[in-house]
Amino acid sequence: MDNADGIVAHIPPLRRYARALTGDHAAAEDLVQDTLERAWKRFRLWRRGTNLRAWLFAIMHNVFLNQVKASQSRQDQATDSAEVNLPVTPPQDQRLDLRDLNRALRKLSAEKREVILLIGLEQLSYDEAAKVLGVPVGTVMSRLSRGREDLRLLMNRGSATAQLKVVK
Amino acid sequence: MTSPKVSLPELDLHAYVDGRLPEKRREEVETFLAANPQEQERVGVYLQQNNMLHALFDPVLAEPIPPKWQTPNRRWSWRLGPIAAALAWIALGGALGWLLRGEQAGSSGKNVDFARRAAIAHAVYSPEVRHPVEVTAEQEEHLVRWLSKRLGGDLKAPHLVDLGYELVGGRLLPGEQGPVAQFMYQEKNGQRLTLYIKTDASSERETAFRYSQEGTVGVFYWIDHRLSYALSGECGKEELLKVANAVYQKLNP
Repeated sequence: MDNADGIVAHIPPLRRYARALTGDHAAAEDLVQDTLERAWKRFRLWRRGTNLRAWLFAIMHNVFLNQVKASQSRQDQATDSAEVNLPVTPPQDQRLDLRDLNRALRKLSAEKREVILLIGLEQLSYDEAAKVLGVPVGTVMSRLSRGREDLRLLMNRGSATAQLKVVK
Repeated sequence: MTSPKVSLPELDLHAYVDGRLPEKRREEVETFLAANPQEQERVGVYLQQNNMLHALFDPVLAEPIPPKWQTPNRRWSWRLGPIAAALAWIALGGALGWLLRGEQAGSSGKNVDFARRAAIAHAVYSPEVRHPVEVTAEQEEHLVRWLSKRLGGDLKAPHLVDLGYELVGGRLLPGEQGPVAQFMYQEKNGQRLTLYIKTDASSERETAFRYSQEGTVGVFYWIDHRLSYALSGECGKEELLKVANAVYQKLNP
């Protein structure tokens, strides 16, 4: 799909990634919108025959970085929006696990979260992820490895203290 | 057959989790894991993380895509709808008015504020398609009684059908010093006018018509029987004056 319709075909995964990245419905929709706005504007700059998916995710990465910077400077980063936006209603026991995972994701650094989601959820190759994030493949691998381990530990701890209220 | 190794590069474990190993290497990793339960458990957790991410977020894929995302949009229409554009013009007018305030005599400043508030309320509510008013004209009697009670004055919603404007209904709004009422009228072609009314008409019992252009919205405003009125519309000054005159006469039969 080398034409503009190609962009539309990538909207659902972009939206899924945005939702997972921000953990917030409204923030994710804004992120998608800003990304598409830029993508449409710069579509002429995309080189035909190159990876459109990676190009779009790279734009979203840049928009996301800007938003993170902006919200850090406002010092109002939401930390407890994790529970609010479970998009699904799976069976009861699984739902608890999923909620734990979602909560643990919010506690990861944005860098690790991006890598885990691009690879584990969006199934980008390591090379593609490196291109999207503008870092060497080695950096992607070390973020992936540390991120998965952080997530594992966070969820272990989460299940051990499931009944305790998490204090910032 | 390869014998189980003592350790494997971390990279291979992740490539295994992500299904990115060639067949032969994959088998080697499986053999290794079978002999190392601790590592096997850890890799199992990573695999589960991926599955759970899909369980959590794949439903997003099925959400309908808003039409506005499907085509390149003109920059302004995307972010700044007609309402926002109208408000921006009014704000600009406000800034200019403030800069030029030396030209105006003291007490009229307050009235200019009143006209601006009326214009803003007009710009916000007149483009509404589904909820332009709180109470529709079908319940006119209730509407007028309700707004009169809330404002503490004797309000009337003048009938302007002879001028081609039908009453749509009205709503209660917060004003600077208390509640304010807004009646909305609509012409056959969809053109809308709003009549904005507040009760605290200071010391002045009556004034002449004054006109204020707030961006694209024109406002005629006056005080009559201790009520302040502002008639707002985008129909042009002459047409608006004609209606303002009619409103005044119908309120003073």
